[in-house]
Amino acid sequence: MSESVHTQDLPMDPESEGFTRRGFVKYAIGGVGLAYACAIGYPIYRYLNSPVEESMAMAAVKEVTLPDADKLPKGSALVFKFGVKPALLIHHPDDSWTALTAVCTHMGCTVAYDPGKTKIVCHCHGGTYDPKTGENLSGPPPRPLKKFDVVMAAGSVTVKRI
Amino acid sequence: MAKRSDYWIDRFGIGDAIAYAKKKSVPLHKHSFWYYWGGISLFCFLVQVVTGILLMVYYRPGPEAFESVRQITYSIHFGWLIRSVHNWSANLFLLSVFVHMFSVFFMKAYRGPREFGWLSGILLLMVGLIFGFSGYLLPMDDLAFFATKVGLEIPSAVPIIGPPIANLMRGGLEVSEFTVQRFFALHAVILPLLFLPILGLHLWLVQKHGNASPPSEEAKPEAERKSIPFFPNFLAKDLAMWLITLNVIALFAAVFPWQLGEAADPLRPAPLGIHPEWYFMSQFQTLKFMGKMFPGYAGEAIGMTLFTLGMVLWILIPFYDTRDKTALRAKRTTYFGLLVVGILLLTTIWGYLGVR
Ligand code: FES
Repeated sequence: MSESVHTQDLPMDPESEGFTRRGFVKYAIGGVGLAYACAIGYPIYRYLNSPVEESMAMAAVKEVTLPDADKLPKGSALVFKFGVKPALLIHHPDDSWTALTAVCTHMGCTVAYDPGKTKIVCHCHGGTYDPKTGENLSGPPPRPLKKFDVVMAAGSVTVKRI
Repeated sequence: MAKRSDYWIDRFGIGDAIAYAKKKSVPLHKHSFWYYWGGISLFCFLVQVVTGILLMVYYRPGPEAFESVRQITYSIHFGWLIRSVHNWSANLFLLSVFVHMFSVFFMKAYRGPREFGWLSGILLLMVGLIFGFSGYLLPMDDLAFFATKVGLEIPSAVPIIGPPIANLMRGGLEVSEFTVQRFFALHAVILPLLFLPILGLHLWLVQKHGNASPPSEEAKPEAERKSIPFFPNFLAKDLAMWLITLNVIALFAAVFPWQLGEAADPLRPAPLGIHPEWYFMSQFQTLKFMGKMFPGYAGEAIGMTLFTLGMVLWILIPFYDTRDKTALRAKRTTYFGLLVVGILLLTTIWGYLGVR
């Protein structure tokens, strides 16, 4: 008697649920439905994602050349777009140059160069950075601003990703 | 597993819906095929809603209309496909609505108690045609521009109130960016707001009164009439039809992608062989013909009057050919229907021959 109980428990029993005709039809319909869902979903995803792909391609730029930026007066800064995000080119009062991303590492506000106090400030939550190194000095920002290489030329400044 | 599905069935009262659907039945006879066309129309409408919303993600009405459609067609991934599906499905929608309407007509399904199913259906067709007309302008290419220009001449032919109405629709004396902007509001906001409640009423009436049997079936004794349960039998067939429709739309959209012409330019002459979409071809040809027969405004006026008269008769048919009236009226109505189909087909074919 105990043997017959055993056979009933065997998972490969052809009478068990997974092998019925009904079960097969269910899976077949499910499979076809899934195939249709993918065939419809994939183009829609790519369609909606198109500008994301475009902006990723734009974000991948290696360098940006800024015509006439060499004429930037000492103690001032220029905001420009590096790929898709804002960046700062600073001409320091001691005639040195720095380029940094202008996106605050705290929550993404665009930072500003404050020539009077020679600091970079973020107006959103009062974070400050060192304008020469990009180091976070005070306030909530957790990380320094990323630096770029600056290459001077006659009539232009080229900013490169490091 | 079974336990879990029971939970949802109970909580959402799905059981009640299924019990209700099981009680309903659909007549089975040699004309049953025509019962699917309302469902096909509904499916096309749903496709229009989905693809329309997707197109709205990139479409910009107003001065940038053409440029945005150019982007959708040529630079956004699968944009050409979404646009093409929207166009093909629009055409299939109107085609299936026409088939649905004529099958209802010849099966005399408009007779009481279904008069309001007929009337709401006609309203849906009219809104559908305005959907088609307004949507046609949105890409703002040269065909769209001239089609709208010509189309708006029809309301302006109506004496006194015509021209101000046409000007309001155009947003000026000439089709321009203002026209596209307001046609977009019409196409994507006002018409859906009109369409949905009428559609709701139409579907409710179908639920309420069920499918009509053609008179040939009604003449048979009760015992000889066959029917199948709505759930699951008819619903399964209906869904199969939807699947076929989906495949047909996808096939046409992919194999014959909808084209985009050159940007509209009011200073360029109209392109050669310009003609309206097939669903306006009959009116177009009739007006053209009347214009030749009776020169000047008279032709247009006579053509429009005839059309309006025909429409009114068509709309009022349920009140003429009722169940309790004589067989003569029933017969006359059928002849009237055949005449209408004949005229529509002939003028449409004639119109296309004239275009060649
Ligand atoms: S985002 Fe700059 S300090 Fe918070």
